Amino acid sequence: MFPSIFIPVIITAAAFALYLYATLSSNKRFQRWPMYRYGCFIIGVLSSASAVTGPLADWAHLDFRAHMLGHLLLGMLGPLLIVLSSPVALALRTMEVHWARSVTRLLKSKPVLWISHPITAATLNIGGLWLIYGAGLYSAMQHNMLIHILVHFHVFVAGYLFTASLIYTDLAPHRTSYNLRSFVMIIAFAGHGILSKLIYAEPPEGIPQAQGLTGGLLMYYGGDLIDLVLIFIFWLQWYRSSQSLFSKFSMTR
Amino acid sequence: MDKVKIRMNKPADRRNYSARNLWSGILFGFGVIAFIDEVVFHQLLHWHHFYDKSTSDIGLVSDGLFHAFSFFATIGSSFMLSDLRRRDAFWLRRWIGGILLGSGIFQLYDGIIQHKLMRLHQIRYNVDISLYDWVWNLAALALLISGVVITLRTSPKRMPPEESVQYD
Repeated sequence: MFPSIFIPVIITAAAFALYLYATLSSNKRFQRWPMYRYGCFIIGVLSSASAVTGPLADWAHLDFRAHMLGHLLLGMLGPLLIVLSSPVALALRTMEVHWARSVTRLLKSKPVLWISHPITAATLNIGGLWLIYGAGLYSAMQHNMLIHILVHFHVFVAGYLFTASLIYTDLAPHRTSYNLRSFVMIIAFAGHGILSKLIYAEPPEGIPQAQGLTGGLLMYYGGDLIDLVLIFIFWLQWYRSSQSLFSKFSMTR
Repeated sequence: MDKVKIRMNKPADRRNYSARNLWSGILFGFGVIAFIDEVVFHQLLHWHHFYDKSTSDIGLVSDGLFHAFSFFATIGSSFMLSDLRRRDAFWLRRWIGGILLGSGIFQLYDGIIQHKLMRLHQIRYNVDISLYDWVWNLAALALLISGVVITLRTSPKRMPPEESVQYD
């Protein structure tokens, strides 16, 4: 029992401490780090952590509905809030210059370009879900601890990559066009919705019908809610970026 | 210098943004009709079902794509509208034409292809469906035709040439 409870708690505490330390160091040299980002980071990390440890995680072993709630928190809400807290920008501000340069070089490298591309990130994210719920990985992860941990890790990382590849609130060295990201978003959200309806119709092996129904609905409407926030931020960024063009040509105020 | 209004981009500029006015309307119409479908027919009346056992795979894919797109379209069209207002290029008639066009296309697609060909779900269950289908699809056709008429009548090609436009 020891690792399954304490390791996630230690990681969470370490993440908070690091973030706080970095903001304190950044505030000495740069503009004050905005308050909302602290809030996003804390709630984001707690959302994701609650799916891995604690009462919700325990309950999720027994009940598919709790599992699905955990999935929404770990793979969607948590990553979204953590992206909004701009951890990469903060890290680069805090590091010593030569370290920051190496990290920047890494972020600009070909493999990172490839894996952070919206199409790759969406495939990892939604494709992974199809493997879990459509290809029997779900029942495998209930029996094997290693698969269980790997699946949770994948859901979080892929959710993070996906979110960061679509909205550019944090540093994003490889930017893609609004058209490409629109296209990827619609296909990915559709993939998520279709999978929830399939779970609703036919839950994965070993799940009682009633839990499958509620789990499918939760995935469908819960996913919609978070997609809505993501779409809103995406279009807000479009609106702001097209403003510069406006000020060039018009003098109406 | 206090508030002096210098209008350099009205109304001739509308013509440069006629496509964005139309697209904003089409996307908004898409979103509105999908919203009505979800709220009225799924949630309030419970006529439509979340999932119907006779649904084909292609029907499920089509439904998923349209659902995702309708969310995206509603929010996007609202931001496009704000953008047009900010530029003083908003054109109400062309925008409404777009709404009718978008909602008509979606309604017709939903009524003919999704309900009938893909058998996604029916308008209502345990009743004679043909009357419902006729009302649904004729309403769609009416929306679509009025949308086409307004869009053609607000075509920038039909506007007077630029020299004759009066600036205020």
